[in-house]
Amino acid sequence: MSLFRTILLVALVAGIATGVASAAVHLVTTVPLILKAETFEGGEAAADTHAHAAGEAHDHEAGAPAHDHGDGDEWAPADGFERNAFTVVASILTAFGFGLLLVAATELKGGLSSWREGILWGLAGFAVFTLAPGLGLPPELPAMPAADLMARQLWWIGTAVATAAGLALLVFGRSPLFAALGAGAILLPHLVGAPQPVSHDSPIPESLHHSFVVASVAVSFLFWVLLGGLSGWLRPRLGARAG
Amino acid sequence: MNRLNAQPHSAQAAAETPASRALAITFAALLGVFVIGGVGFSHIAAAHNAAHDIRHVNAFPCH
Repeated sequence: MSLFRTILLVALVAGIATGVASAAVHLVTTVPLILKAETFEGGEAAADTHAHAAGEAHDHEAGAPAHDHGDGDEWAPADGFERNAFTVVASILTAFGFGLLLVAATELKGGLSSWREGILWGLAGFAVFTLAPGLGLPPELPAMPAADLMARQLWWIGTAVATAAGLALLVFGRSPLFAALGAGAILLPHLVGAPQPVSHDSPIPESLHHSFVVASVAVSFLFWVLLGGLSGWLRPRLGARAG
Repeated sequence: MNRLNAQPHSAQAAAETPASRALAITFAALLGVFVIGGVGFSHIAAAHNAAHDIRHVNAFPCH
C-alpha cells in the first residue's frame, strides 16, 4: 500500500499549503462580501452575533447562527475569530479532499513528474470543479434565492463527473469519435440545465453579487494552480513513479 | 537522459502490481470524496455552519 501512502502524503502537504494560502486570500476578498450580504437578510440573528463577538469569547451557547436557515438554534461558530478559524480548517480540508482526487487521477497516468505537469492537471480541476458547475450554478451569496438543495447538489456532482469524463476522453481518447463523445459529455449538463429558483428576485444588490462571483472564481483559479503545482513538485520527491 | 530516468523508476514500480495500484488509487479517491462530501455537501447543520463561508466561496450548493 505504499502508493496509497504517497498519494495521501502529497495531498496532505499540498492541501495544507493550498488551504492556508487560499483561506488567507478569501478572508480579505470574498468573506467580507459574504458578511456584507448577511446584512441584507433577516435582522435579529445578525445583531445578536455582533453583540456576542464584543463580549465573552468562549460562551458558545450565546453565539447565534451566522444567519437564519429556518430552524435557528443549531450550533454555529461565533462571528469573528472563531468563524474565521473554521473557515481556515474547512479550506484546508477542501484542498486536502480535492488534492486526493487530483493526485489519484494523475496516478492513473503514472503519476506527476513536475510542477508544470501538476499545473496542467490543476487547470483541469479548475474546469471540472469551478468553471463547469459554476456556469449553471454561479457562486451565491447568503439571502439569494435558489432551487431545491438536493436537486442542485445532484446537478453539481453530475456536472463535475461528466466534465471530468469528457476532458479525459478529449485528452486521452485516441480517435475523433472519443473526442466528440468527450465534447458531448462536457456539454450535456448544460443542455439539461441547472435547477433554477422560481424567481431570481433578490435582496442582494447585483453589483455585490457580481464582485463575489469574480472574486470567488479568481481565488479558485489560484487554489487549483497552487494545488496542482505543489502536488506535481512534491510527487517525485515523495515516492517512486510508475513511469 | 532516458537511461537515467527509466532505470530507477521501472525497478521501483516492479514492486507494485497493477492491482495494488488500482486499489490504492480507488481508496485515495474514495477518501477524497468522503472529505469533500463532509466539507461541502453534508446536510448536518453543524458541518454546514462550520464550513459556511468556504461552501459559499467554492460555490458548493448551499442553504
